[in-house]
Amino acid sequence: MSDDNPMPKGELMKGKKGLIMGVANKNSIAWGIAQQMAAQGAELAFSYQGELEKRVRPLAESLGSDFLVSADVASDEDMDKCFAEIEKRWGKLDFLVHAIAFAGKDELQGSFTENTTREGFKRAMEISAFSFVDAAKRASHLMADGGSMVTMTYLGAERVVPSYNVMGVAKAALEASTRYIARDLGPQGIRVNAISAGPMRTLAMAGISGGRSLMKTGKDWSLLKEDTKMEGVAGAALYLLSDLGTSCTGEVLHVDAGFHIVGVPDPGEDEE
Amino acid sequence: MSDVQERVKKIVVEHLDVEEDKVKPEASFIDDLGADSLDNVELVMAFEEEFDIEIPDDAAEHIQTVGDAVKYIEEKK
Repeated sequence: MSDDNPMPKGELMKGKKGLIMGVANKNSIAWGIAQQMAAQGAELAFSYQGELEKRVRPLAESLGSDFLVSADVASDEDMDKCFAEIEKRWGKLDFLVHAIAFAGKDELQGSFTENTTREGFKRAMEISAFSFVDAAKRASHLMADGGSMVTMTYLGAERVVPSYNVMGVAKAALEASTRYIARDLGPQGIRVNAISAGPMRTLAMAGISGGRSLMKTGKDWSLLKEDTKMEGVAGAALYLLSDLGTSCTGEVLHVDAGFHIVGVPDPGEDEE
Repeated sequence: MSDVQERVKKIVVEHLDVEEDKVKPEASFIDDLGADSLDNVELVMAFEEEFDIEIPDDAAEHIQTVGDAVKYIEEKK
């Protein structure tokens, strides 16, 4: 483990092996979670999509992992190969982190009703929601001793958020999928939860028109009056993925500085 | 060299892992400095952060060279 890992160290994940899906760069939420898992002793595998390898490899190596597998979540063949590699090398899996979503830029702006195409809708659903169902199925086959899975969602699944549009619909499907997967896998001792993080400066955010104003509102209206911190999201993941999270499943845990409970902001907060 | 130029150069060097003397005003991020489309998005995010400005998508699309970035940021500041 590299010394520049900023996450709190310990042994909560010692002996546990996990697959991290969705690291793109050092701002990725999946990366923050990976750092926290490694700091607590987990052994990690990373899946990446095609050309992202050159970005993911140095990051993985900085945590002492040489286990990278290519997995385009839209390809059954790729997913077959990815999980076959994990089975071959580890023979089991203890946890899964799913932080993957996609929608076209044209659909992340303006009118949801006008801008959402049949293809765009299907694609957003497939990459952002079905991919978790599929990964959960495959991962569960390697979790004979139980396990834990976490996916990333956002408030746009529950409420309307400007520009979030088709991604909000896909995240709603993802949250519902989380509950159904949790039901199916519960008897096997596998916990399945989602973290609903406030806006963060990730590549995903850069794809949303007006992303910066989401960040500003997210901070100004939040109860803590601060941006959502990576440490908080990674800490929530540590809770859910470690044995600390025992008895917690099917949950959507909000880590957004309290933004999600605000109905009306304090007077004056909206003014510049 | 202006302050903006200096800071843009530093970001580009760090981000794309290129030599400083290659980061000329006319250098294209993609054609000359080896950036891919994700690098471009990351660079724009880094500029936003460094200069505390917002660079909307339609403007970002026109920032193709180091000089484009410096010009845009100087006008915006």
